[in-house]
Amino acid sequence: MQILVYGYGNPGRQDDGLGIALVTQLEKWAADNQFSGIEFDNNYQLNIEDAEAISTHDLVIFADASEEEIDDFCLSVVDGTGKLAFTTHAASPAYVLKLCQELFHKDPLVLLLHIKGYAWDFKEGLSHRAEENLQAAYHYMTDLLNGPDEAIASLDKLKLC
Amino acid sequence: MSQKITIEPVTRVEGHGKVTIHLDDEGQVSQSRLHIVEFRGFERFVQGRPYWEAPVLVQRLCGICPVSHHLAAAKALDVLVGAGTGDGLTPTGEKMRRLMHYGQMFQSHALHFFHLVSPDLLFGIDADPAIRNVIGVALEHKDLAVQGVMMRKYGQEIIRATAGKKIHGTGAIPGGINKHLSAEDKELFLNGPDPMNIDKMLEWSVGVLDFFKDYYQKNQAFIDGFVSFPSNHLSLVREDGALDLYHGVLRAVDADGNKILDDVDCQDYDQYIEEEVRSWSYMKFPYIKSLGPVKGWYRVGPLARLNTCDFIPSPLAQAEFEQFKALTNGKPSNTCLHYHYARLIEILHSAEMMKELLNDPDLMEGELVTKGKKAKRGVGLLEAPRGTLFHHYEINDDDQITMANLIVSTTNNNEPMNQSVNSVAHSWMDGKTEITEPMMNAVEVAIRAYDPCLSCATHALGQMPLEISLYDADDQLLDRKRT
Repeated sequence: MQILVYGYGNPGRQDDGLGIALVTQLEKWAADNQFSGIEFDNNYQLNIEDAEAISTHDLVIFADASEEEIDDFCLSVVDGTGKLAFTTHAASPAYVLKLCQELFHKDPLVLLLHIKGYAWDFKEGLSHRAEENLQAAYHYMTDLLNGPDEAIASLDKLKLC
Repeated sequence: MSQKITIEPVTRVEGHGKVTIHLDDEGQVSQSRLHIVEFRGFERFVQGRPYWEAPVLVQRLCGICPVSHHLAAAKALDVLVGAGTGDGLTPTGEKMRRLMHYGQMFQSHALHFFHLVSPDLLFGIDADPAIRNVIGVALEHKDLAVQGVMMRKYGQEIIRATAGKKIHGTGAIPGGINKHLSAEDKELFLNGPDPMNIDKMLEWSVGVLDFFKDYYQKNQAFIDGFVSFPSNHLSLVREDGALDLYHGVLRAVDADGNKILDDVDCQDYDQYIEEEVRSWSYMKFPYIKSLGPVKGWYRVGPLARLNTCDFIPSPLAQAEFEQFKALTNGKPSNTCLHYHYARLIEILHSAEMMKELLNDPDLMEGELVTKGKKAKRGVGLLEAPRGTLFHHYEINDDDQITMANLIVSTTNNNEPMNQSVNSVAHSWMDGKTEITEPMMNAVEVAIRAYDPCLSCATHALGQMPLEISLYDADDQLLDRKRT
C-alpha cells in the first residue's frame, strides 16, 4: 500500500505549523523504524499540483491545524463530491481529491487529521496546548501507520470528528 | 436617493476585501470602491529582528508568493552587506536566484491562468458558476487542466531545488545564495520523463499562448471592450530597456508611452514614489510624486511590464511581444484583459530563461557569496508575478532592523483595481437594484486580471469569498449576495 502523509500550514504562524510539525516527527519515526511505502510531504497550503501527488497513492492522510471545537485531534474522511471552493492561496483536501479524480482518474482514500490549535500570530513555535495535541496525534498516527490495512478496513473505528 | 452596492470578499482573488458600489437617486453608479478589510502590521513585526532573518521572516507574509518576498528581501540585504545593488553578486549567486525567480513566475502565472482565468474564457463570465470553475475545465478541457497542474508542479520543483525546501526556503542569503544546483536536479529539469522537462514546459507555454490568441481572435470585442482606461505603467527594466523580471532600473510611461521615469536607481525609489492613505481602505495608494496622487497612479504587473520594456531578451517571447505590441501600434495597452495575454507571454519568457539557465555551468560551480562594506540602508526591488515589489530596510549598529517599508505588487495596483471596478459597475449595475451572479463575476473578472494578492497587500493571511451588498441613498440595504 502506498501511503502519503502530508502536512500543511505556515510554521511562521504559531499553531498553524501543527500539520508540518506532525509530519516532521512522523518522518523521523518512519526513518528510525525503517518503514517503507510511506511518503511524507509538506507545504504552506494544498494546491492543484497535489492532485497529481495523491494520485499515486492508495491512502493519503492530510494533517492540518484546526480551530474547530474539538478536544485534541480527530480524523475525517474527505469527500470530493461536495461544493468545492478554490483560491490560489489554498485548495481544500476535497478540492484536491476531486481534481485527482477528474484529471488522473484515481480515487485514493483521503483522510484529514484535524489537530486543535490555539495561537496564530506571526511567531514560530507551537503553543503549549498545541504541543500536547501534537504528541497525542503523533502517537495515534504511529499506531495507525503500523497497521494501515486494519485502519482502512474499519474506518468507523478511527477517531473520527 | 442614492444607493450603495457592496461586494465582499472576492473569490478567485487572493486575500480579503469587499467592493461597495453607490447608486444615486436615478439608480446610476455614483461611486465604487475596492475595500481591504484586514490589516496586520508586518513592517512593525520585523523591527528589532536581526537583518539576516528578513528573507525568511517575510515568507510568513503569504504562502502563495513567498519566493518573491524572499528574493526582494535578499536583494535589499545585498546592499546592507555591501554586495552591490543588484550587479554585485557572483555569477552563481545571481543565476541561481534568477532560476528560482523564473520558477516562481512560471508556476504562479500558470496557476492563475489555467485555474482562475480559463473558466471565464472557456465558459463565459456569465455562465453557470457550477460549470464555470476549474472542475468544469477538468471535465471539458482535461488537457488544459492537466497542463496547468504539471506546469505549476514544474515551477514548484525549480523552487525546491534552488530555495532548498518548500517551507521557509533559505536559498537566497545576504550577498548571494547558499547552494549550487545539483547535477541530478539539472538533469531532471532538462531531460526528465515527460511531461516534467523544460522542453515540454516550453511546448505547453507556446500552446497556451496559441489557445489565448485563438480565443482573442474570436472574442476580440469582449477582451478589448470589457474594461479599458488610460493609465501610467511602471516596472523595472534592464538598463538597455529589456524586460527583466529580477533586476533593473525603474521606468514609468504614461498611457501614450511617453516616459515619466527612466533609469531610476531602485535605491532612490522613495524620491519618486509616494503612498497616499485614504480613510476607507487599509491598503495605501502609491503614485509618482512628480505627478501627484490624482494623475500619478500607475499599473504594475505583466501588462505594465510589456508596456514599459522595449523588447524581451528571449526569442520566442520576443516574437509574441511584437505581435502583442502590434495590437496597439506600439503604444501601451490600457486594456484590462490584456493582462492575461501579457501574463502568457511572460510564462513563455520564463520557460525560455529557465532553459537557458539550466544549461549554464555557473549554476553548478563557482563562488556563492560576495560581501563588501556594510551599509545601514538597503532597498530591494523585484518584478514579482503580480508586479513591482519594494522591500526597504534600515538597520542600527546592532544589526537590528529599525525600519521596514514594503510596497507589494497589489498595493501598487490599488488605484487601477478601483478604476476597473468602477468601470464594471457602470457597465453592469447602472439602473439595477438587484445583484446577479454574472454581475458579481464581472467585478471579479476585472479585479482578477491584476491577479491581486490582497493578503500580502494588507499584510495578513486570509481567504476571499465574495459578497455584494446593495444600498440606497440612505444606506439602506437593497440586496446582498455572497459566493
